[in-house]
Amino acid sequence: MRALRRLGVEGVALVLATAIFLVPFSFMLLTSVKDTVQSADLDFAWPANWPVVQNFVQVIEARDYVLLRAFVNSTILTVASVALIVVFSAMAAFVLQRRAGKVGRVADFLVLSGLIIPPAIVPTIWLLQALGLFKTMPGLILVEVAFGLSYAVLLFRAFIAAIPRELDEAAMIDGCDGLRLFFRVILPLLRPVTITVVLTSSVAVFNDFVNPLYFLPGDDNATVQLTLYNFQSQYNTQWNLLFMDIVLITIPPLLLFVFFNRKIVAGMTAGAIKG
Amino acid sequence: MTEQAAGPRTGPGPAESMRHARRAKHRSAYPYTLYVPAAVVYLVIFLVPTVMAFYFALTRWTLFDSTFVGLENFSDFLSEQNLRIGFQNTLIYAVVTSGLKVVLGLLLGVALTSKLRLRGFLRSVVFFPVLVSTVAVGITFSALLRPDTGLVNKTLALVGVDGPDWLGDANTALLSVALVDVWKGVGIATVIYIAGILSIPRDYYQAVEVDGGGAWHRFRHVTLPLSWPATYSVIILSFIGGLRSFDLIWTMTRGGPGFTSDTIASIIYKQYQAGFFGLSTAGNVLLFVVVTAIVVPLNYFLGKRQVAI
Repeated sequence: MRALRRLGVEGVALVLATAIFLVPFSFMLLTSVKDTVQSADLDFAWPANWPVVQNFVQVIEARDYVLLRAFVNSTILTVASVALIVVFSAMAAFVLQRRAGKVGRVADFLVLSGLIIPPAIVPTIWLLQALGLFKTMPGLILVEVAFGLSYAVLLFRAFIAAIPRELDEAAMIDGCDGLRLFFRVILPLLRPVTITVVLTSSVAVFNDFVNPLYFLPGDDNATVQLTLYNFQSQYNTQWNLLFMDIVLITIPPLLLFVFFNRKIVAGMTAGAIKG
Repeated sequence: MTEQAAGPRTGPGPAESMRHARRAKHRSAYPYTLYVPAAVVYLVIFLVPTVMAFYFALTRWTLFDSTFVGLENFSDFLSEQNLRIGFQNTLIYAVVTSGLKVVLGLLLGVALTSKLRLRGFLRSVVFFPVLVSTVAVGITFSALLRPDTGLVNKTLALVGVDGPDWLGDANTALLSVALVDVWKGVGIATVIYIAGILSIPRDYYQAVEVDGGGAWHRFRHVTLPLSWPATYSVIILSFIGGLRSFDLIWTMTRGGPGFTSDTIASIIYKQYQAGFFGLSTAGNVLLFVVVTAIVVPLNYFLGKRQVAI
């Protein structure tokens, strides 16, 4: 009897969770494969026709292949930002964890500030303009790095705390100086946490909407998130294409999730619990 | 932690060790040069604009030249009904989202650490929306929440409820967006709670069992108090996120209908678009003040029981 009741409770929980969390995704998928007329209903119905390939081709070709260019842009943005975030924050986290003192306390404070303080938008634009970086990809990359450093430093620092100092001392006795100690000895040991940082930062940068909106507007340099936003106003009549775009943009995070589920979750919780 | 001398010690004696300390500083194993790249990017791109914002907020500003106008922007912000509502909404949004994330995250966390079959599957299902683009989620839910054809109202109609125009009605717009925010973000809260609950030593549960306590007792006297660090993290994280939130509101309502679902962040964007850079920056400064005025004390009070980072 008890087992039966538990089975019932589990069944209800499963159905509820599925409904609440999977229905929106099925709605995305279904709408993306409907024809234009049916998709305009925006209801949760089975597609009458399945112009999957046609929708796919149409959304790719739209506006002179803007989506393809956006994927290239987003890839460049993500790869470059994440690479810089990893190297810069690992270096900083190492010194921050190992060397206490006034500088360390200031750095600590700045890391926390970076997590809390909302970036000042227009002054950042003003500054990027002064540097000649406004509306350029390098400018946006620097912005993503600056805003993404703090969290990465926290993750790296927690990991480095578990590396024994004896290792540093041994390396020093063998004649390593500080830089070589970090790059030759410490950095290779950071592989597990580096993967975590790469995953969490990639998702954050790839999905970022606000910063491209402010710092890299325009169709030429659009990132994938901006294509969604621009299509939203343009495709008021072609919902199937808009949702095809959504589906295509959701694939990269989905792949990461399928392959690195545990790592991503570990990264997001480690930062929260220990940090 | 104290600084460690880098080189091998040569001998005792105060003078010797002081000289040694100075030399060690020069050749420290942990040179400050490693800070430089991160520091440069952070200072130039983040810190300088943050500090400059306090000046530009006091000006009428076109990016190229600025006229000092004192506190005019702030008084505009606080006197205009359209702008003031942003404050209220920002606070409501942050409180609603973080409150619901704590409650639902805790419930889901408890459920998904129990002996539920399919719990791996459910964890994935709950967590995946965290990784999906906010714009995509916003567009999808805008469609689901449409007044007549939307799935939500159609489902409500099945049980005889006449659903409102969720996003088009001033009374429900902000809360609807907040609920979608919870849908997208509760996965983080859940995995934080799962990690917190799994780190509770099993002995406590065994002790309750020996004393003959039931499931409620286990939850009330073990899980709830001992998952405090998780609660703390969830509250802080979702408060910071909630106060700053822009993407979802912008994609779902654009602050509408009228200005009824505007938050400080969406007003900053609107003023920026309209070319009122000084006013927009004043909004940024106000957001900064609101965030620090809430998060720092919250962090302090909640964190009293937390070990330092």
